Amino acid sequence: MSDVTATESLPAPIADTVDNPVSGIDQTAGNFSYKMDYEFDAGTGLSEKTVRYISSVKKEAPWILEFRLNALKQFLAKPMPTHWATKDLENINFDKIRYYLSSGQKPKRTWEEVPDDIKKTFERLGVPEHERKFLAGVEAQFDSEAAYSNIKDIVSKQGVIFVNSTEGLREHPELFRKFFGKVIPTGDNKFSALNSAVFSGGSFIYVPKGVKVAQPLQAYFRINAENFGQFERTLIIADEGAEVTYMEGCTAPKFSTSTLHSAVVELVALKGAKIQYITVQNWSANVFNLVTKRGVAEEDAEVRWIDCNIGSRLTMKYPGVVLRGKRARGEVLSIALANDGQHQDTGAKMIHAADDTTSNIIAKSISVGEGRSTYRGLVHIPKTLANCRNNTECDALLINEHSRTDTYPAISVRGRKNSVQHEASVSKVSAEQIFYMMQRGLSEGEAMSLAVNGFVNDLVKEFPMEYSVELKRLIELQMEGSVG
Amino acid sequence: MSAVASVPAGVLDVALQSAETAAFRAQDWFAVLRQQGWHAFQSLPMPTRDNEKWRFSDARTLSLDGYAPAPAPTPAQAADLIARSRLISDAAGLIVHVDGHCVLKPTLSAELVAQGVVFESLEDAVRARPALLQEHLLKHPVLLGGDKFAALHRAWLRAGYVLHVPKGVEVKQPFVSVTWTLTDGVAVFPHALIIAGERATADIHDFHLSAKADQRALAISAVDIHAGTGSQVRRLAVQAWGSATQSFQIDNTCGGRDAVISSVNAAVGSRRARLENTVRIDGPGADVSLYGISVASGEQEFDQRTLQVHAAGHAKSDLLFKNALLGKARTIFSGLIKVAPDAQRTDAYQTNRNLLLSPDAEADSLPGLEIEANDVKCSHGATTGQIDPAELFYLRARGIPLAVAQELLAQGFLEEVLAKVGHEEAAAAVREMLRLKFHQA
Repeated sequence: MSDVTATESLPAPIADTVDNPVSGIDQTAGNFSYKMDYEFDAGTGLSEKTVRYISSVKKEAPWILEFRLNALKQFLAKPMPTHWATKDLENINFDKIRYYLSSGQKPKRTWEEVPDDIKKTFERLGVPEHERKFLAGVEAQFDSEAAYSNIKDIVSKQGVIFVNSTEGLREHPELFRKFFGKVIPTGDNKFSALNSAVFSGGSFIYVPKGVKVAQPLQAYFRINAENFGQFERTLIIADEGAEVTYMEGCTAPKFSTSTLHSAVVELVALKGAKIQYITVQNWSANVFNLVTKRGVAEEDAEVRWIDCNIGSRLTMKYPGVVLRGKRARGEVLSIALANDGQHQDTGAKMIHAADDTTSNIIAKSISVGEGRSTYRGLVHIPKTLANCRNNTECDALLINEHSRTDTYPAISVRGRKNSVQHEASVSKVSAEQIFYMMQRGLSEGEAMSLAVNGFVNDLVKEFPMEYSVELKRLIELQMEGSVG
Repeated sequence: MSAVASVPAGVLDVALQSAETAAFRAQDWFAVLRQQGWHAFQSLPMPTRDNEKWRFSDARTLSLDGYAPAPAPTPAQAADLIARSRLISDAAGLIVHVDGHCVLKPTLSAELVAQGVVFESLEDAVRARPALLQEHLLKHPVLLGGDKFAALHRAWLRAGYVLHVPKGVEVKQPFVSVTWTLTDGVAVFPHALIIAGERATADIHDFHLSAKADQRALAISAVDIHAGTGSQVRRLAVQAWGSATQSFQIDNTCGGRDAVISSVNAAVGSRRARLENTVRIDGPGADVSLYGISVASGEQEFDQRTLQVHAAGHAKSDLLFKNALLGKARTIFSGLIKVAPDAQRTDAYQTNRNLLLSPDAEADSLPGLEIEANDVKCSHGATTGQIDPAELFYLRARGIPLAVAQELLAQGFLEEVLAKVGHEEAAAAVREMLRLKFHQA
């Protein structure tokens, strides 16, 4: 552990304003890093050795090492998906990334035990404060491992398990092994294979039958090191009739080199269960954020993804729901904000696999400056099914002359009495709206910000209060100086 | 697939292709164009399913084996098919092809001839108007994935027609082309080159038909439309090949400033039919409407790919494709609106509606947008569903049998597009073809 003085980077947004008025994404809160001496470091580049190192440091069961090595093979064999995705993926240099950095594998249960620099990091990000105020449990991941993990007594007494991936697989294999890697198989895509080879951290959650966790569980993912890859692995199982809300936030300092974040998140909602998964992604603009997220909803269960992407250089993320039981329901609500140098390639997948299932996708994107936002969707209803419904709406708002948006949905429908509807629109903030507000004394920037907030307002409302306030503020900041 | 006795050598036979090309020795530029097509065809790979432009298509069963050009029909056969080609009574001119051979050349009124209107077979035009053709023939890029088929079309280019309506000439009556397949296993490559000069008006009806209902054939057609400044071009294309046909249709349209373009693509025939329809707007004020209508039944696959390119701002395009699906049929609609970075003030819309009339039918929809300008109005919508039970109930409560009620409602669903044909006799002919599909199924 280092006691070197904190090397705080410059407050980037202010500096950037001079050259580029629209790069004002708020990374003031997250744009700092500490020099750390990591006790465990898998070195640079990816090989079988890296994988064996991670597995041995974590003292894993042999089947997990086997799982990792098999995943590495699949990762190496799979081509980059550039035949449909952006060529920017080619700029990831897998040989220059550090795949595992930690100062120990066991998270602390109280903030007092957390090493100073790490504690300071999370204090600056407001994590302990939020925990006191409205969370049922918190896990704070610093690079590869959780530095802190705690769950309120009242919740753990209900039998809720909230641990990191290493602990989950070691201590509760009977619960987690059954679903681990089953919702998202290793070979699902190149990046799920990469995650499966080098995963570390993330949350493994089990909510027992009938237990409704009143307050959200939260994970906070922090990247501190340069040239780093974070590969957390999350698995949430809500047993029959259980309900849980999980929130994740993330930040990283802005380095000049690129950082990779590639998570795999699997959700399992058993009969009648409800899982709500909320993400506010605010990575710095050098992060490649390539994430695979999918949930399975059994009979009468509901999986809901609420996904907000504001940060990163390139995000590719299409949360999905496999509707496997009758009357299951899936929902994705997505907000994306792409500023200069950013590409938010987001969307949703709804795989209907039982009768009477319903799904809903509402995606709103805002492109500012030369930002690019893309919606990719998949809705699949096979021929054996009846009475399935999907509704998809995607709306894009283009702020500046060179802002860009794309929409690529794929809808495949067979069977009886199934119906889908998809609508998308692209527009800009109308001159009349701006005029109306300016005429009443607002500046052009304020007017634009208000209009943009209005555009996403119905989705922002779906976030918990603390998050929705934060989101509105982030959007206002992002919009600063984007006109005039 | 095995070769059929009536077609001794295939379209993949280099000697055969060269021999046909040799007939154009006097038109060197045209022979070169065909040769280029052949070389491109050889070098291009067959599309596979992982190609995004072929997503959802059954690319595995694509095969070009066992098809060959056929000899000209007998005079009796030709006379019979010419008689069956008189579908439009007020045609400005009628051209008829059978198995790739022109059997009826159009006769235009003296007035049209005097105005400089050209409507003639491609072969005649290649010989008579090299300058016009060299400027316009096959000048549009193939953007929607059918490059290999377009190359084969180019390599075998011979049949088809050229329509040129010069500057300021308005022709109210439709120009009609009827293209037949007659011999089993025939390969045809019909081409249409349509040039509308400044402020010219033209109405075109293209019928692709087979002499018998279960005709086996390979048809790779291409249409290039050049719509000049302020011109008005309206086209109806009817794909009603026999049920064992593989059809590839590559349509390209370029619209200049203030051009008004409308096209209706109706599809009922073929085992598999792929339509690639690209429209490029090059001038402000252009107004483009693209309509599609189909009834797919049995094991048919209708693969519709469309692209609306807004290269210039202040223009409008609107697309509506409606499919009714019966049996185990499948339709794929993949549409893209592309707005170039400086094409501000674009209005572009795209709608795909699929009516599933059978539990085994499948409708795939890929409606896409790529927008690089901000001051635009763009939207797309796609729906797939069944007949509204309330509407069905209404009809049944009035004593109409279920099957009849379903058919009426399905026809009502399609009528919206038929109304866009703008020519009552042609619309009636298409309506009848659609109606027959319901009764065969």
